[in-house]
Amino acid sequence: MSVATTDRAVTRDDLVDFVYDEVRMLDEGRWDDWLKLWLPDGMYWMPLDYKQTDPIHETSLMWEDQFMLRLRVERLNGARTFSQKPKSRCHHVIQRPYVDRIDNAAGEYVVVTQMHYVETRLDDQMLLALTARHDLVREGDALRIRQKRVDILNCDAAFGNIQLLP
Amino acid sequence: MGLSTRQDIEALVTPFQVHRDVYTSAEVYRLEMKHLFANTWVFVGHDSQVPNKGDYYTTQVGDQPVIMVRHSDGEVKVLYNRCPHKGTKIAIDRTGNTGKFFRCPYHAWSFKTDGCLLAIPLKKGYDGTGLSETESAKGMKAVGAVEVYRGFVFARLAPEGIGFAEFFGDSLSSIDNMVDRSPAGRLEVAGQPLRYMHRCNWKMLVENQTDTCHPMVAHESSAGTAVRIWEEMDAPEGTPKPAAMQIIAPFMSPYEFFEEMGIRTWPNGHGHTGVHHSIHSAYSEIPGYMDAMTAAYGEERATAILGENRHNTVYFPNIMIKGPIQQLRNFIPLGPDKTLVESWIYRLVDAPDELVARTAMYNRMINAPTSIVGHDDLEMYERAQEGLMSDGLEWVNVQRLYREGEDFDTTAEENGTTERQMRNQFHAWVKFMTASMPRDAAREAAE
Ligand code: FES
Ligand SMILES: [Fe+2]
Repeated sequence: MSVATTDRAVTRDDLVDFVYDEVRMLDEGRWDDWLKLWLPDGMYWMPLDYKQTDPIHETSLMWEDQFMLRLRVERLNGARTFSQKPKSRCHHVIQRPYVDRIDNAAGEYVVVTQMHYVETRLDDQMLLALTARHDLVREGDALRIRQKRVDILNCDAAFGNIQLLP
Repeated sequence: MGLSTRQDIEALVTPFQVHRDVYTSAEVYRLEMKHLFANTWVFVGHDSQVPNKGDYYTTQVGDQPVIMVRHSDGEVKVLYNRCPHKGTKIAIDRTGNTGKFFRCPYHAWSFKTDGCLLAIPLKKGYDGTGLSETESAKGMKAVGAVEVYRGFVFARLAPEGIGFAEFFGDSLSSIDNMVDRSPAGRLEVAGQPLRYMHRCNWKMLVENQTDTCHPMVAHESSAGTAVRIWEEMDAPEGTPKPAAMQIIAPFMSPYEFFEEMGIRTWPNGHGHTGVHHSIHSAYSEIPGYMDAMTAAYGEERATAILGENRHNTVYFPNIMIKGPIQQLRNFIPLGPDKTLVESWIYRLVDAPDELVARTAMYNRMINAPTSIVGHDDLEMYERAQEGLMSDGLEWVNVQRLYREGEDFDTTAEENGTTERQMRNQFHAWVKFMTASMPRDAAREAAE
C-alpha cells in the first residue's frame, strides 16, 4: 500500500492491490522496487513437499533471507550469468486474492492468492499453478512482507530450471 | 551403428579422449542399460526409507523399475516392479506400506514381500496348464544381488558378477566417514529429495562432480556476486556472515585452493575430491556437536572423523555423496539426453538439529531447480549436449594432468585439478560395459 495517509485503516482493497502490484514488479523485472517490499528479516518460502510444515530441517525449493533474494536478483543482470543468456521472462495471472486476515490493531494481514505462473526462455515455456500466501505487516504508511509462501501444485514433480520468481 | 562387440565399445574410449557417441547415441545408451547398469552395484535407496515391515519405496536401477521393500524377516529386498502375470507395475506410489503382501491391482495375484507367489484367484483355471513350470509362477523376480552397507542399499541386477566388497574396495571409507559423523553411527533420511530434470546425458553430471576447474568460472554469477554484495555491505567486524556466504562463496575459491585439495581415485571408477581439505572445511562449528561426538567416540577418534573433509565422492556409475554434509545425489538415466537428478539429505542420529538444517540449506541453495548455482550447471550440460551434435569434432577431451600409462587398478592421489577421475570412470565404463559382451573372434584374428 503506498497509501499516503498513515492514520486510516488498511482495507481489503489495499491488500489486494499490494498483491497485484507485487506480481507486476516481478513480471516487469523491477527488482529494486520488489526488494523494498520486504521486512529486513522477511523470508521467501517455496516448499518442496505438499503441505510441508518445516522449512528448515527438510529441503525446500527456496527458504531465502534478504541477502539471498538480493543475490538472486542482482545475479540476473550479471555479465557472466550464463543461464540468463538469453534472459527468461515471466508472467503471472492471478485470481482475486482471498483476504484471510485483517488485523489493523496488530497491523498484521494474511492474503492468499491462486495464480498461474508462466516462465519462458528460448523455445521453452513452463506453466506452474501456485498458491501464494503473503504474511504482511504495516510499517508506517506501507505494507511489508514478513513471509511469502509459494506452494507449487506439482511441487513433487521433477522440474528443469525455474529461474525467475513465482 | 551396430555396437555389438567389446571392440566396438573399446573404440569409443582412448586414454584421454572419449567419442561423443558415449553421450549422444541411443545405441550406446541401450547398451549401458543392458550391460553397465546390470554389471555394477547401483544405488537403490537408504534403509531408513523403509523402517517397518511392509514399507516400500519405488525407484529404478538403470532403466529397470524396482521396489525396495522391508520383508517380514526384517531384511531389505529389491524386486523388479512388474507383475509376473501381464507386466503391470505392482506399486506406483513412491512410498507406502503394503502390509504382509503385495497384491496386483489388475487380477489380484498376490506375492509375499520377498516376491514369492502367494495366491491367484480362481486358481483352478490353471490346473493342468503347466503354469507351475513357468517363470511367472515364481512370483515377482528379485534383482541379482542386494547389499546394505551402513544403511545404504545397493543392487546388482546381474545374478553373477563382481562382489560388493571388490567393486567398492576402499572407496567405502567415504560412506563410513559420512555415517561416523553421527554419534550413534546412523543416518536417517530427512524429507523429500529434490528432483531436477536435466536434458543431457547422465555421465556429464557424474564427471562434473570432480570437475574442479569449473566452479570459479561457471558459478561466478552466483558466488562472485555473493562476495561482491557482502563486501559492499561493509558490515562491521564480527557481523555474522549470511548463510549464502558460507555455502555459496567458497565456489569462488582460486585455482590453487582446488589444486591443493587433491583428488584420490580408486579402482572400478570411484574417486573423490578433497583429500586434504574442501569447500566444506571452513563451516562454522555447531554447539554441542563435538561434545556428543567425543562422548560417543573419544576425543581422538572424534577429531579424526571430523577432520576428514572430503568434498565429492563419486561411486561409479551414478551417485555422488558429500560426507561432511550428509548429501547423496543420484543421477538417474532416463535416455541418452535425459537425466533425473535426485538430491537426498540425511539426518545424523543423535547430533544437534543445526546440522541437518545446514545440510538442507546446502541442498536447496546448490542443487534445487530453483538454485542460482544449479542454473548455471544445467546451462553448461545442456549446451554441451547440443554442442556435441556438431560434426566439427567427434571427440571430448579429458586430458588435464594426463600421464602416459595411467594404472586405474591402483589407488592414486593427485593434484586436485586433474581429470584423472573422469578417465578412471571411462576406464571402468569400458570394463563393465564389456564384461558380459562377446568378443568378435573373427575381427580379432584379422587385427
Ligand atoms: S497383471 Fe498382475 S494379476 Fe494380472
Ligand atoms: Fe557446478
